[in-house]
Amino acid sequence: MTGATTAAAMPDVRRSGRWVFRAGIALLCAWVLVPIWLLMVNALSAPAEVAGFPKRLWPSFDLGSLTFFFRFRGVAEALWNSVQVAAVTMVLAIGLGAPAGYALSRFDFPGKEAFRFLVIMTRAFPLPLLALPLAVMFIRTGLDDTIVGLALVHATLALPFAVLITYSLFSGIPVELEEAAWTLGCSRPKAFVKVVLPLALPGIAASAVFAFVISWNEVFAAAVLTIQNRTLTAFLLQSLDVSPLHLKFAGGAALVIPALVFIFAVRKYLFAMWGIANR
Amino acid sequence: MAEIRIEGVEKTFGSFTALHSIDLTIRDREFMVLLGASGCGKTTLLRIVAGLETAGKGEVWIGDRRVDHLPPRARGIAMVFQNYAVFPHLTVYENIAFGLRMKKLPQAEVDRRVRSKAELMHIEMLLKRYSGELSGGQRQRVAVARALAMEPEVILMDEPLSNLDALLRLEMRAELKHVLAESRTTTIYVTHDQVEAMSLADRIAVMNAGRIVQADDPVQVYRNPAARFVGSFIGNPPMNFLPASRTEGGWRVAGQTVPGPASGKDRIDFAIRPEDLILADGGLPATVRVVEPLGPHTLITAEVDGAPFRAVLDSDLRVAPGDRITLAPNPDRIRWFDPETQDALT
Ligand SMILES: Nc1ncnc2c1ncn2[C@@H]1O[C@H](COP(=O)(O)OP(=O)(O)OP(=O)(O)O)[C@@H](O)[C@H]1O
Ligand SMILES: [Mg+2]
Repeated sequence: MTGATTAAAMPDVRRSGRWVFRAGIALLCAWVLVPIWLLMVNALSAPAEVAGFPKRLWPSFDLGSLTFFFRFRGVAEALWNSVQVAAVTMVLAIGLGAPAGYALSRFDFPGKEAFRFLVIMTRAFPLPLLALPLAVMFIRTGLDDTIVGLALVHATLALPFAVLITYSLFSGIPVELEEAAWTLGCSRPKAFVKVVLPLALPGIAASAVFAFVISWNEVFAAAVLTIQNRTLTAFLLQSLDVSPLHLKFAGGAALVIPALVFIFAVRKYLFAMWGIANR
Repeated sequence: MAEIRIEGVEKTFGSFTALHSIDLTIRDREFMVLLGASGCGKTTLLRIVAGLETAGKGEVWIGDRRVDHLPPRARGIAMVFQNYAVFPHLTVYENIAFGLRMKKLPQAEVDRRVRSKAELMHIEMLLKRYSGELSGGQRQRVAVARALAMEPEVILMDEPLSNLDALLRLEMRAELKHVLAESRTTTIYVTHDQVEAMSLADRIAVMNAGRIVQADDPVQVYRNPAARFVGSFIGNPPMNFLPASRTEGGWRVAGQTVPGPASGKDRIDFAIRPEDLILADGGLPATVRVVEPLGPHTLITAEVDGAPFRAVLDSDLRVAPGDRITLAPNPDRIRWFDPETQDALT
């Protein structure tokens, strides 16, 4: 008898469980998508519509706000600064991070574990704590308010990720492939170029993009360390109180969209970094 | 001339000694199999010859060149890896051509060699494929073709067949034997499969715990094990051992007197292979425990002197568990071992 009731109750339980599951998914999607939707709708609306409420589901595709934004004094320079800083950051992070990732995956050396720990530890120092001494140091060395100076700071932020992504990337390439290349006439560097690099290239490109995005989105160091050569984030922050609402939304979209597209393009490798199995 | 000489090679990993002073000479064009249980150091020794691992001590010579300080590419070797190591970003053709391109051979020669080795390994129709589009057996063939295309003085193989299914393994084994005999290359082949070792080898080097226990031709290794370990490791079922004590006119084994070696010891070990026993009067008294008919013969697990003891008997003989029988050893095939050093006595 009890058996029959449980059997009858089971589908109910399972059905409500499924509803909870669906609601959870919907909530998480909304959490991510609603801000992006707001940003998109406002950025693609006429300046007059931006302050209005309720919002339309589809934007009016009026390019007024965006045109205004890109014509705004200083935006073009800031955008160009952002691109330059991010590019230098990318080169520094990969140039230093990929060799470190390779060394971690291929060699046993004393202090390897400590080194891996330290790589992650660099993220434990809050940037505001470092900003003031950094600013002083940069002023002394003449690095303040320069592209390279800011890129150096951004590179230190991006490096741990570059090291970890390339580490997991190189670890995924069997050592035997390299060894086979050595026995087939390659020196170590040659085997790296002929065998490891072609296999790792998509992943290295991905971690380069990730470094680019980290620099692209970084506000704090950019705001503290630059005055004339503001990046886009610093520029928007600085003009926050004086700029009209539609400018903020257009600026936000200009920052978020490239980052979103890039991250989406390289998501596979970022998942790999966090050890999530993926296909 | 590509004789390989390994002299006094030692290898330690931290405090663990993986190889204890190995001495081994592989003659020109010889097919040498390194055989031993998992973890005995076979791969380590092979990798030291290849130059993928550095020995702590000792010398490796190939032909008249000392190679232990040379990188792998300068040793004149080619290697086939256990998991094939076929480059996934290159076609089969480019995989086989890889080493030849490194040597900067003219394209005509590269093409000639790739095609001839592909034909030899029956993969000429796969040349345009990538490794992801190949089965394990086909990848294996690519790896062998790639090694052969180098026309090396020495080919090193680390359990090349262990990832294949039983039937394919049998087929590839015969093929490898043929191909390598044709190529007349000195070969070191690592395996833990004794049947593979017996069927392929000119000589077998049996390894145990980082030492070479015996290096001899397969029949010698089987018939005259140099140490108790060899007898128990090679042969399926393995050799039987019984304690023997000195007595009038020979050695007392399970209550019987057996003529044996003149040894200074009071106790030695008697050994006999299961197939060298027959059911006959005056043999070792045994109680049958398990009877396993295998078709051509029947495997019997009995108890002699309180210890398990196996015999391979003619399948026409009717024996049942619980029977008391006497098993007579073929006197020519009896072997004796020193219980302390484990070495063979003569
Ligand atoms: N890089 C290493 N670090 C520490 N110990 C190692 C290393 N490589 C091998 N060993 C140890 O050395 C011993 C011999 O290893 P090896 O790989 O040569 O064994 P093997 O005979 O090839 O075994 P298998 O048949 O399982 O392949 C093993 O006990 C192994 O644990
Ligand atoms: Mg091995």
